Amino acid sequence: MKIAVLSGKGGTGKTLVSVNLAAVSDQAVYVDCDVEEPNGYLFLKPQNIETEIVSIPIPQVEESLCTGCRKCVDFCKFNALAYIGNSLVIFEDICHSCGGCVTICPEKALTEKAKEIGVVKKGTSDNVMVLSGMMNIGEASGIPIIKKLLKNESLDDSLTVIDCPPGSACTVMESIKDADYCILVAEPSIFGAHNLNLVVELVRLFHKPHGVILNKCLDGVNPSEEYCKKNGLHIIGSLPYDKELGTMNAIGLVAVKESQQYREIFTGLLQAVVEEVGHEATSNT
Amino acid sequence: MKQLLILSGKGGTGKTTVASAFIRLSHAKAYADCDIDAPNLHLVIHHESPAVSSDYYGLPKAEINPDKCIQCDQCQSACRFDAISKSNQYNQYIVDPFSCEGCGVCELVCPVDAILLKPAIAGELILYKNDTIFSTAQLKMGSGTSGKLVTEVKRQLKLDSEHVDLTIIDGSPGIGCPVIASLSGVDMVLVVAEPTISGISDMERIIKTATNFRVKVAVCINKYDVNMKNTEKIMEYCHKHDISYAGIIPYDPDAVKAINQGLSIAELDCAAGRAVREVYDKTADLLSRV
Amino acid sequence: MRIAIPVDQNTKNTDVCISFGRAPYFMFFNTETKETIFVKNEAADSQGGAGIKAAQTLVDEGADVLLTPRCGENAAVVLQKAKVKIYKTLSGSVQDNLVAFENGKLETLDEIHPGFHGHQEEQK
Repeated sequence: MKIAVLSGKGGTGKTLVSVNLAAVSDQAVYVDCDVEEPNGYLFLKPQNIETEIVSIPIPQVEESLCTGCRKCVDFCKFNALAYIGNSLVIFEDICHSCGGCVTICPEKALTEKAKEIGVVKKGTSDNVMVLSGMMNIGEASGIPIIKKLLKNESLDDSLTVIDCPPGSACTVMESIKDADYCILVAEPSIFGAHNLNLVVELVRLFHKPHGVILNKCLDGVNPSEEYCKKNGLHIIGSLPYDKELGTMNAIGLVAVKESQQYREIFTGLLQAVVEEVGHEATSNT
Repeated sequence: MKQLLILSGKGGTGKTTVASAFIRLSHAKAYADCDIDAPNLHLVIHHESPAVSSDYYGLPKAEINPDKCIQCDQCQSACRFDAISKSNQYNQYIVDPFSCEGCGVCELVCPVDAILLKPAIAGELILYKNDTIFSTAQLKMGSGTSGKLVTEVKRQLKLDSEHVDLTIIDGSPGIGCPVIASLSGVDMVLVVAEPTISGISDMERIIKTATNFRVKVAVCINKYDVNMKNTEKIMEYCHKHDISYAGIIPYDPDAVKAINQGLSIAELDCAAGRAVREVYDKTADLLSRV
Repeated sequence: MRIAIPVDQNTKNTDVCISFGRAPYFMFFNTETKETIFVKNEAADSQGGAGIKAAQTLVDEGADVLLTPRCGENAAVVLQKAKVKIYKTLSGSVQDNLVAFENGKLETLDEIHPGFHGHQEEQK
């Protein structure tokens, strides 16, 4: 069962929810798809780490074969190639690795080499297998890393919690592609409600069953809660604004490991989600 | 004309909260929201004038003409982004517009010219204009390459605000393309930091990014009382790296109340509102010396 | 000598454009023939790598000198390889800058800013 946790913006409690749901279960895989700013490992502190490099193919030129026809320069939609003073200059950081220049070169002067764009780290933290992706600073896209993370075989047999990047851009879409269920985390402000709207659109587009966890709840009006009620969104549960929880979070502690109260709360949330997924499965058969 | 950019690293640190307060306190005549993925500034800074929208074209997307397609599968094999698949339901090859990066390889390899790259709308550029100018945009869901849209937001702002003394820009979260696009040409960056492990890590990365652009950086700490130890760490970091320190704002439930009423914290009498005034005064002073 | 300047409009009394890579036009002034031509910058609409494509245009048009307020590192790689000298413009019109250049008043542009995909690791 694959559960993706997303939110419109960072800071709503996405990692808090993902990490604690994984930690409170009997056995789980935690996957951090926020490859630009991975944070889950700061809380889970995995051991026995295995690192795998992720690379993409980018062009290299054999100067002796290049005739300066510039077909590659003209083809490249990303402007990653320039031809100056009888030689081809390749801008590796701009290249999107589409392979078009290699294909179009009539002299076969272009071949490909691997460029490292990041790593995937696998480790264990008690009952949780931790898979983290980390993109090198300056890279154009983290999608190849996310793809690699989600290909890991361990995901098929276990309860998997996928901590998604913030927002609703292409990296988020890649992260939820295979999810069975999406948890949307929202905070009680009009910003939170506005951002919730964006990810609701996203999960609906992908026909993903989904529910909302309201985080940092205070007394009084909760615009996100109102949004959910108005739009028929299922509310799985809520987490209070709790200074103690905030403090544990600030110093990298996993709430369910430190507090019986939160252990119970997250156990309840996990049960609610598992039931939801069960309902979806049966209603679809 | 001075340009102040407000950044944070991660969302949720209070960037828009601070930006909106600054706009009110400075009576700035021109401002922009460069968080084009999830723009929020308009929720607290209201405009009566209607918005003028224009389409923003991003990367073109490939389209397969099923009448010409001979289903040779060359496009699917050549696509590096898994954007082409065969729909069994319709018995035709289709392009997933969310995965398509507009590289043109499928168009190149198709033996029967059944594929064309077509312009695709990737967002909407929005301008509010009466006695103040507010430039913003909304990126379409799933789009990439948002750096260019941010550049458009800034260009739109500049076109109409040449005689304005101060422009304030609410920046994008993160350290990627859109942030770097927002950095060009600004006089000073105010980083809104939060005293948590992830907050500090992100703050360091955003400061490095900004200083690479040789832009003056100042830091303020929001919700500082959530963790005094981390707050001190941030202050030490600023001192050690010779970064201007603009002050602190306490966690304040009244701040959320203000925002939820569509007001900036400067318009409500509350602890956060009083603190942001001091941060503003310090920032304005630093900006005047740049 | 062919001098290139990024400009906002394709008229001689235009101002220098604040951007190099996304300037709508480039003006080319030939100091020998005193001829001025304008070339549309195809890079302005690019999603990325605009500086590279703009610099390629300059190289293809035979520019010897570029007067610009700013230049990104990718464009700078192209221009430096083509031995195009880069000078920093002063605020004001194109004509003011051409005069300043001929009088030796313009300084070389030393501050090359990082590309939009972040090259922080390469900063020395």
